[in-house]
Amino acid sequence: MNAALEAIAIRQHLIDPEICIRCNTCESICPVKAITHDSRNYVVDAAKCNLCMDCISPCPTGSIDNWRTVPRVKAYSVGEQFTWDALPVEWTAEQLAAEGVAAAEAPALEPVAPPLPAAAGGEAAFNAAAYGATVPPWSAAHPYTNLYGAKNPTAATVVGNVRVTAVGREYDTHHVMLDFGSMPFPVLEGQSIGILPPGTEAGGRPHHARQYSIASPRNGERPGYNNLSLAVKRVLQDHQGRPVRGVASNYLCDLKVGDKVQVIGPFGASFLMPNHPRSNIVMICTGTGSAPMRAMTEWRRRLRATGKFEGGKLMLFFGARTKEELPYFGPLQNLPKDFIDINFAFSRTPGQPRRYVQDAMRERAADLGALLKDPDTFIYVCGLRSMEEGVVLALSDAAEQAALSWDVLGAALKAQGRLHLETY
Amino acid sequence: MSTIDYSDKIPNNVNLAEDRTLKRALEQWQPNYLKWWGDMGPDGSQDFEVYLRTAVSVDPQGWAQFGYVKMPEYRWGIFLNPGEKDRKIHFGDHKGEAAWQDVPGEHRANLRRIIVTQGDTEPASVEQQRHLGLTCPSQYDLRNLFQVNVEEGRHLWAMVYLLHKYFGRDGREEGEALLQRRSGDHDHPRILRAFNEETPDWLAFFMFTYFTDRDGKFQLCALAESSFDPLARTTKFMLTEEAHHMFVGESGVSRVINRTCQAMNELKTDDVATLRSAGVIDLPTIQRYLNFHFSVTIDLFGADESSNAATFYSSGLKGRFEEGKRADDHLLKGQTYKVLSLQGGQFVEREVPMLNALNEVLRDDYIKDSVGGVERWNKVVEKAGIAFRLKVPHKAFHRNIGALAGAKVSPDGRVVSDAEWNANVEMWLPSGADRAFVASLMGRVVEPGRFANWIAPPTIGINRQPVDFEYVRFN
Repeated sequence: MNAALEAIAIRQHLIDPEICIRCNTCESICPVKAITHDSRNYVVDAAKCNLCMDCISPCPTGSIDNWRTVPRVKAYSVGEQFTWDALPVEWTAEQLAAEGVAAAEAPALEPVAPPLPAAAGGEAAFNAAAYGATVPPWSAAHPYTNLYGAKNPTAATVVGNVRVTAVGREYDTHHVMLDFGSMPFPVLEGQSIGILPPGTEAGGRPHHARQYSIASPRNGERPGYNNLSLAVKRVLQDHQGRPVRGVASNYLCDLKVGDKVQVIGPFGASFLMPNHPRSNIVMICTGTGSAPMRAMTEWRRRLRATGKFEGGKLMLFFGARTKEELPYFGPLQNLPKDFIDINFAFSRTPGQPRRYVQDAMRERAADLGALLKDPDTFIYVCGLRSMEEGVVLALSDAAEQAALSWDVLGAALKAQGRLHLETY
Repeated sequence: MSTIDYSDKIPNNVNLAEDRTLKRALEQWQPNYLKWWGDMGPDGSQDFEVYLRTAVSVDPQGWAQFGYVKMPEYRWGIFLNPGEKDRKIHFGDHKGEAAWQDVPGEHRANLRRIIVTQGDTEPASVEQQRHLGLTCPSQYDLRNLFQVNVEEGRHLWAMVYLLHKYFGRDGREEGEALLQRRSGDHDHPRILRAFNEETPDWLAFFMFTYFTDRDGKFQLCALAESSFDPLARTTKFMLTEEAHHMFVGESGVSRVINRTCQAMNELKTDDVATLRSAGVIDLPTIQRYLNFHFSVTIDLFGADESSNAATFYSSGLKGRFEEGKRADDHLLKGQTYKVLSLQGGQFVEREVPMLNALNEVLRDDYIKDSVGGVERWNKVVEKAGIAFRLKVPHKAFHRNIGALAGAKVSPDGRVVSDAEWNANVEMWLPSGADRAFVASLMGRVVEPGRFANWIAPPTIGINRQPVDFEYVRFN
């Protein structure tokens, strides 16, 4: 990966001077002394802040919880922050693009990678277990599928490629933004696309397509442009932990802005979100399966911002090995609590018992049960195959606790397109 | 013998489970505390479930746990900030020696007095505010009031812990006495005068939390420097909670001003009568409330020349605000400080020994800090395009303690005659009519998301909850 693109933009932590009362709590609690003050403002030094979030909950005012996407080289200095009466306006996508931050739009959620092993022939392949629906919710938008196949792929231009995990981690994850120019490529949240890596396999045949879930909402990562984003985790070992260098993921992670990519798709006609007012969405994913959840969440967030859509409840169960391996962690925590109910489960936090998404679901069984009772609730599961059984069992337990018959409910969920499983 | 597991019921990091003496003392005291809370705590609130912050430990994750709690079941905890290994005394005659982990005999009386005086203010403010819930302008504000109340309660626990743990029978008696005195009671008043004043309405409450709780902050900051390590560690943790109280005050006043400015712009007037009939609090009245609370609060710092203050400092009991950040010799012997007084109708500045003037030093630091928030209130006015500025009154205005006590000085710092004072006092301090008007606005608003007409909603909710969140569940 070229260093120039690494963290070209940062989410800078800022304190809102209009709300801050200068109580000094944050400064006294910061473990790395990143917070300082003058007679006017309390400010965060972007060079020192390690995003540990220790200062967030102790702040009595909420002024501490502000973030701006800026090019790293243009991060607001401490001296500049001292002069503020109010927070600066957000950089626009255009301003960021002018500074070379192509994957602008500063993901409200940072992406993670869903390296879906490709189905033969590049067809959309949902590994639906018994309870998984094969039909979309009644209010799903109509999807376009298979506009481009292996024989007639279309070319997309890379307009952004940003590494979103810390250097030094075992894996790196990239946020890759593709632009289709004037070629039609309409997509919906939950759909995926296929990437044709250049070159050939050992036997001389061209590489087959690899499928990736789209991580951006229907109107684009950057709204109003013909673009979408993928979250790509560089594959360096297979499911059994044996070293293997993923062909497509390494290809994608190493792309530079301006490179052309051969794309097929879109794929997927049932793992689609409901669009009617007051429809609830329950999302259950593990690290690599969060891309469609980000897309759906972001679409609902944009709708909410218009003030014209009455969304239902969003509930997310998100599992990862550790907090550090969960790229959503910071940004997710910035979403308002009345917008989304977030539950994390970490299975490898040192010194803590292993906790999986199904454990988090059982803890929230009462609230989950209430949602299961609501015919406007739609459930999405995405991640490794091994999570499927535990998750469906936890759902059935929550249903039974809520005095619902799982046999009846499970069949209804499937028939009505309300439970979608996508595991690999 | 009680079977209550106090170490569970009382979140703590002072090893309560192992300390039998302390446990016994608390077993005696806790039922009396709860009785006091029942009698003198927030009026009619015992059944409410309130979305409160509870501290369960002192680390960043542990001390801001949010959830619904019935206030009498609030888990009042005892917390000391983590100790600093080999902490040294850093001011006064003992500078450089190891900090005290126990009370030195020669300082016992003074330390007890300091702790009791601080502790007495905590239940006092709960008593002063106990009827405010009946006239809250919103659920959000009601919740903030209750949060302030339970945390004042926890501060009382913090001080009583020190009394029980380090002062033996004297300490236990003082702990009881803290529950006996009553704010405003003729026979058993609270120790400090400002804590015997009423908090009759919400504007007064916001002013009180802004100005008077800020006095609390400065006193706690000074005690956080103390050579008596348990006191320093307790008060450091209390400061994190005190911050919320000042937030309630600063944002509360700011929201009142915001609403008034809105009405001024809608009605295109600054006429007091018109604004009052529109049901908002005119800016001159807000200024008069400010004058009152500021002047009453700066009295709390004590006499401007005080040999007690010198003793407390030199013996290492109480430091200055941000003592650790100051670059002088931390002994202050032979140094002087300018103190304002009135001689023959003229202000004169006298140089007095710095050590004797430490109350004045703390008062001046406080004044500097207070002005900052007032300037932020002015930004709200400015933003609304209105030509009006709030100002803190002159230090000598309406004083009752120290060399300036009883002086007739206008808010802008002119020495005035008795006649001029009497002719203008209603322009400078809230009159009976002002208070009656503000009181007339106080009606109870408790539907989630609704706010009384005289106050703007806050910009953001508590703990990132929405503003219309159900902060209080009435049962």
